Amino acid sequence: MTIKETQDELISDFSFMENWMDKYEYIIQLGKDLPLIDEKYKTPDNLIKGCQSQVWLHTEMTGGKLVFTADSDAVITKGLISLMVNVLSNHTPKEITEADLYFIEAIGLTSHLSPTRSNGLLSMLKQMKMYAFAYQATSQSQKNGTEL
Amino acid sequence: MQHVPDITVPALDVEKIRRDFPLLQEKVYGIPLVYLDNAATTQKPQVVLDALEQYYTTINSNVHRGVHHLSQLATDAYEGSRKTIAGFINARKPEEVIFTKGTTDGINLVANSYGRGVIKPGDIVLVSAMEHHSNIVPWQIMCEDRGAELQVIPMNEQGELLMDQFSALLNDRVKIIAVTWVSNALGTVNPVHEIIAQAHARNIPVLLDAAQAIQHMPVDVQELDVDFLVFSGHKLYGPTGIGVLYGKEEWLDKLPPYQGGGDMIKTVTFAKTIYNVLPYKFEAGTPDISGAIALGTAVEYLQKAGIENVQQWEEQLMEYATQRLQEVQGLRFIGQAKKKTGAISFLIDDIHPYDLGELLDKQGIAIRTGHHCAEPVMTEFCIPGTVRASFAMYTTMEDIDKLVAGIQKAASMLR
Repeated sequence: MTIKETQDELISDFSFMENWMDKYEYIIQLGKDLPLIDEKYKTPDNLIKGCQSQVWLHTEMTGGKLVFTADSDAVITKGLISLMVNVLSNHTPKEITEADLYFIEAIGLTSHLSPTRSNGLLSMLKQMKMYAFAYQATSQSQKNGTEL
Repeated sequence: MQHVPDITVPALDVEKIRRDFPLLQEKVYGIPLVYLDNAATTQKPQVVLDALEQYYTTINSNVHRGVHHLSQLATDAYEGSRKTIAGFINARKPEEVIFTKGTTDGINLVANSYGRGVIKPGDIVLVSAMEHHSNIVPWQIMCEDRGAELQVIPMNEQGELLMDQFSALLNDRVKIIAVTWVSNALGTVNPVHEIIAQAHARNIPVLLDAAQAIQHMPVDVQELDVDFLVFSGHKLYGPTGIGVLYGKEEWLDKLPPYQGGGDMIKTVTFAKTIYNVLPYKFEAGTPDISGAIALGTAVEYLQKAGIENVQQWEEQLMEYATQRLQEVQGLRFIGQAKKKTGAISFLIDDIHPYDLGELLDKQGIAIRTGHHCAEPVMTEFCIPGTVRASFAMYTTMEDIDKLVAGIQKAASMLR
C-alpha cells in the first residue's frame, strides 16, 4: 500500500468510531499490538525529545526501504507511534520525505490530543522525516561517489 | 455501588457555594466538569470576578501617588485589602503584609534580600526533600552567589520529614530554614510548629511555603511565630498574578530591598536613594492593584464560609477519597503521611500517569499528572510522576465517586 492509501484507510477506520473514548480504545489497542523495539536500541541517542513520556525510535534500511521500530513507556503514546509507523514504515526515503501527511489532521488528533501529546507526535514525525532525509542524502553522495 | 459514608452534615453549604463559582457550571466535551486540580489553581467565585470588573469600571487609578479622587479610592481599596489579609493571617500590622506576584515571587524576594543582607560564604540554607522547585531554585541561585551551601532535610517512604535528622542538621552555620507547610506532590502536612521551635532555639529564622496550606486550614502567624510566610492568591480563590509575603517587621526592616523602582523610595538623588518605609520598600513599581483588591474579596469570601468549616469538610473529603481509591485494584498511594491535606497522589500498577490523566480528561475529570514541579520527590520514589487529585471547599463526595468511576474505566482500557 502507498503512504496515501494507508492514510485513507486509517481515516476511514476512525470515521466509524463515534466518540473519543472509542478512538482511544483503538489507539490503545494499536499500542499494545506494536511490535516491540529491540531492547538494545533503547539508547539515549534514539530518545525523541519533546515528549512527556519516553519515546524511542530506531531506523533500519532493508532492501532500499526504511523500517521504523519504536517504543514508549506510555501506552497511548505507543498507539500513536504505531499509527506513524504503519503509515511511514517500509517505504523508500524518497517516498517518506515527499509524503503529504494529512491523516493526523483528518482524524482530528491535533485538536483532541493534549498540546504536549500532539507536540510529541509532531516531534516524532519530524524525526522520522529527518531519518529519511539523512538516508536519501547518504545514498545520493554514495551514488555521486561511484560516478566519480 | 456509590455509597456515602457516615459523614456529619457539613457546616458548609457546599451546593450553595458551588453556585457561586461560574466555571463549575461549565461542561467539557459535553460532560459536566469534575474539577480536581485545585492544588494547581482554584476556581473563582463571582464576587472575586465582580471585584476585578468593578475596580476597572469604577475606581481604576494608580495608588499612593495621585491627589485626585479616584487615586484615593484605589489606594483605600488596595490598603483595605492589605488589612483584610493581615487580619486573616493575624499579622501584628498590615505593614507586615507585602503584595507579591505569588509564592514563587515571595520566595525569590526573601532569598535575594536575605542573601544579600545576611548570608556569608560557608553559611547553610536548609530546605526539605519535598519542596516545590520554587522553594529550591531561588535558594540555589542565592547560595551560588553568596558561596553558601544548600542542605536537605530528608524524608521517609511515607513522605514524612525525618525530624531526628532535621535536629541533627541544625548548627551555627545554618542561617535560614525554608520548608513547605504542606507538600504539593504528596499532601503531607509538616510539623511546622516543631520546626520553628527548634530553629528559634538556635536563633535561626524560618520561611514557610504556605501555598498549599493557606486555603485548607487556619493560619495564625503570631501563634506560629514564623519569620516569613508566603502564599499565592490564585490557590486561595483569588486571581492569578497576586500573592503575599508575610514577614516579621523586624526582619523586613533589616533586609535590603529586592527590586528598585517607583513607590519603594522616599527620596532619590544620583548620589543616594533613601528607601520608603514598610510595606512599600518591597513593592517597587505599580502593583497588581486589581489583583490585590480581588484577593481581599476572596479572603472575605473564605472568611464568610469559615476556614474551620472548610477544613472540616476537606478532612471528610480526604478520608472518603482515600477510602474509595483503595477500592481500585493495583492503586498505590504516593505519600502516606499520617497528616495529609488537600491532595492525594497515586499510581496504578505500571500504567503511565499521563495515559490515565488523558483518559480522565476525556471523561470530563480534571486532575494533574507529572512531577508537580517537585522532581526531587519523584526521584526519591523512583517514579516518572504521579496522578494527583486535589480538593477545594466546593469539592463534593459525588466528584470523588466520579473520579473513582473514571479511574476504573480508564484503568480497564489501559490494562
